[in-house]
Amino acid sequence: MTKMHVKMTVNGEAAEGLAEPRTLLIHFLRETLKIKGPHIGCETTHCGACTVDLNGKSVKSCTVFVGQANGAEITTVEGLVNADGSLGVIQEMFREHHGLQCGFCTPGMITRAHRLLQENPMPTEEEVRFGMAGNLCRCTGYQNIVKAIMAAAETLNAQKEAAE
Amino acid sequence: MNDQTMTPEQRAANLKGMGSSRKRVEDVRFTQGKGNYVDDINLDGMLFGDFVRSPYAHARVTGIDAEEALKVPGVLAVITAKDLEPLGLHWMPTLAGDKQMVLADGKVLFQGQEVAFVVATDRYAAADGVEAVEVDYEELPVVVDPFKALEPDAPVLREDIRDRAEGAHGPVRHNNHIFTWEQGDKAATEAVLAEADIVAEEMVYYHRTHPCPLETCGCVASMDKVTGKLTLWGTFQAPHAVRTVASLISGIAEHNIRVISPDIGGGFGNKVGVYPGYVCSIVASIVTGKPVKWVEDRMENLMATAFARDYWMQGKIAATKDGKITGLWCHTTADHGGFDACADPTKFPAGFMNICTGSYDIPVAYLAVDGVYTNKAPGGVAYRCSFRVTEAAYFIERMIEVLAIKLGMDAAELRRINFIKADQFPYQSALGWEYDSGDYHTAWDKALKAVDYDGLRAEQVQRLEDFRAGKTRKLMGIGLTHFTEIVGAGPVKNCDILGLGMFDSCEIRIHPTGSAIARLGTISQGQGHATTFAQIIASEIGLPADDITLEEGDTDTAPYGLGTYGSRSTPVAGAATAMAARKIRAKAQMIAAYLLEVHDDDVEFDVDRFAVKGAPERFKTMKEIAFAAYNQAIPGIEPGLEAVSYYDPPNMTYPFGAYICVVDIDVDTGETEIRSFYALDDCGTRINPMIIEGQVHGGLTEALAIAMGQEIAYDEMGNVKTGTLMDFFLPTSWETPHYTTDHTTTPSPHHPIGAKGVGESPNVGGVPCFSNAVHDAFRPFGLTQSHMPHDHWRVWKTANRLGLHN
Repeated sequence: MTKMHVKMTVNGEAAEGLAEPRTLLIHFLRETLKIKGPHIGCETTHCGACTVDLNGKSVKSCTVFVGQANGAEITTVEGLVNADGSLGVIQEMFREHHGLQCGFCTPGMITRAHRLLQENPMPTEEEVRFGMAGNLCRCTGYQNIVKAIMAAAETLNAQKEAAE
Repeated sequence: MNDQTMTPEQRAANLKGMGSSRKRVEDVRFTQGKGNYVDDINLDGMLFGDFVRSPYAHARVTGIDAEEALKVPGVLAVITAKDLEPLGLHWMPTLAGDKQMVLADGKVLFQGQEVAFVVATDRYAAADGVEAVEVDYEELPVVVDPFKALEPDAPVLREDIRDRAEGAHGPVRHNNHIFTWEQGDKAATEAVLAEADIVAEEMVYYHRTHPCPLETCGCVASMDKVTGKLTLWGTFQAPHAVRTVASLISGIAEHNIRVISPDIGGGFGNKVGVYPGYVCSIVASIVTGKPVKWVEDRMENLMATAFARDYWMQGKIAATKDGKITGLWCHTTADHGGFDACADPTKFPAGFMNICTGSYDIPVAYLAVDGVYTNKAPGGVAYRCSFRVTEAAYFIERMIEVLAIKLGMDAAELRRINFIKADQFPYQSALGWEYDSGDYHTAWDKALKAVDYDGLRAEQVQRLEDFRAGKTRKLMGIGLTHFTEIVGAGPVKNCDILGLGMFDSCEIRIHPTGSAIARLGTISQGQGHATTFAQIIASEIGLPADDITLEEGDTDTAPYGLGTYGSRSTPVAGAATAMAARKIRAKAQMIAAYLLEVHDDDVEFDVDRFAVKGAPERFKTMKEIAFAAYNQAIPGIEPGLEAVSYYDPPNMTYPFGAYICVVDIDVDTGETEIRSFYALDDCGTRINPMIIEGQVHGGLTEALAIAMGQEIAYDEMGNVKTGTLMDFFLPTSWETPHYTTDHTTTPSPHHPIGAKGVGESPNVGGVPCFSNAVHDAFRPFGLTQSHMPHDHWRVWKTANRLGLHN
């Protein structure tokens, strides 16, 4: 099958590669660009393990053709670490509050939480539970994920206030 | 060093040993996407395998034409049973003493069964190849009901073993009959039933479901033809057992097979078994000389890999008119699908279903289980459970409720008067177990008080009045459960899988500077072993947990063990860890005594050091001892500081818990809302409270799923109706309630650190608790039993059947 030339910005860096037009974004990220944070859990948009940020929106990259992401700005969980390589606030709060167990849903969860807190920097618990409902976790029962995201919101808001 | 100024408590806190809610060391990798799961493995020249699967539940395979598939660009091979037959690999042994087709050998027995394996240069080409393989099928009559499967004229499913009189577990009486397993005293139980004041009888069905870990099953097989060594990475909950089985069925010597379980994205029992994908990947790698990756998709995972439950449990429970239980009788029909591929210890073909007397002092009991073949996927694994304990707990906790209805008694009180008393432990159960320890009354009273049980019942009475007066359309249910598990399989004298004894192991090596590495025969799938096992070692030998690396899952480096399932890691490998650490401590004592120039008996262990008895200012820290162990010539003592322990547990452990939940049910929509859930767990000694709490949250959510909507459902044709996450219920953060956790601590008397295991308790106790709550809401309207899952449609139907819509 003829391949197309795809270019995108991933985690702030230019990336490109050849891919069949039918290639799914998740496979392009994982197998061509070797960005393996996003995982494949269902391939039907249900589980959210493959969640990435595409042009400022959370998408399930298992049901996006790579062509649809041509020229896009993409952020994955790898792009959420601090410049010095330390864990970003949301990542740190997931660790602090035991918001993960097997870790398979975690990259999608954290990437979705990142976008949720951009959309709604001060969510209620109910808003977090609703806003995260596109990401399934089989291990934690969500209680500590919700706690981690609420704590991250608080920390991020405090940081923002301190900076202002 | 400030060792002399710190109090023992401060020094202990610095170790982050047992009892500390130490943050998980795994999370630094996982939170930034740096895990290493099987699909993350990419080797040079790696090929991809994909299955052609049967669309039919029962059919003869009359032809497989791969010609067109082989023309697809990138497709290199199409493997069928005919290709595997000369190698003797077209069938493989199951963990239950049965055998299973690797690829369809003349017929298929369930929808989704593996028919051919396409090998291609990438996953897309492999999928194209799968589409292009043409298979001719001749449909056969389908049996999805285990009772119909045992009728005299039922179609013969397993023609390969037609007309046999004896199966792996004794005599069989029908071609579709796998085994009968009997426990307890039948005559005595039936005599009690015949004489009893009250006998409550009920059929309790625990529906078929699936562990559905977020990561599906998969592997990468790589045969190095130069060295003759096969490396197999995979989602294996028992890597060492996989190596042994792979060696036995392939003929490759065990030292030439290296099995590696990398990070595993959840298991819950789904990743215990051996699947055709593993065998086909190995064969494909041997044939092509290249690494071959196979990772199933979600639909394949739900349709073809190991399901759980599917037990029809007919029960009779006898009691005096005051509610004292006098006997329990159970006959179970177990639907195993096309092959018996459950993963139970050999002597227990129905697992530990004989824990079904639960938390109660029942003088006499009888259990019989009949295993049956149907045209459904093979398995019968323990989904977050220790070998059918979930079924047993659901059965007894439903029977208690049914008995309470018959007696007109409060179900909490009925439980209380029948609990095994604290002074009866160790307790010999009527079905053959010796419960190690427990204090059920204390736990129960604490739970009832915590939720204000009397207040809840009063509120429920008021709600019922309001409902009857037309003021509300919502009913309130209170779900009660007191469960007792049996975990930590197990003593080699009665626990083995395929002849492999169920001990486990730990090897600890202290480095000269006082840090360490430990390797275990288990494998974490999210339980946090790297965090908690280091805590055991920290407390036992006095080195900080942060200085201890944990490794599992590589059969070339880790000591042999039977893996992680059945809540056995802490009870068995955790015990091995403590025992290995104690060997190190014993040697450290001799070294310390030499260094301090006193007799061995004149030093004592003090948190992180050995000190001279009566002179605590004279001591050697474990770090100093470690350095001396390697670098100082000590007469009569070998250099080095390491130990290994293979631990054969003397008994199982028996965690227990008291759960209470409150549900509000809208009778017009069938919607259920879990208003509160209180979970008290007693898992003995607590290693890491944070992780225990996380395990409880997760297990309860899996219980919520199972009780309230999750099932593997088939139609009459054997089509899987719940093959995607659209139909197969996994709760989201939106549906999942908030949980309140609590605990009591009753250590196991036979475990070196008193720990019992906790990972599966919430699933074992959670399912009956949710289910009992739904039943309880409808109790005033005459409901005694309605089968799970209690999804909105079924709950609505129950309300309708009870006349609540009139």
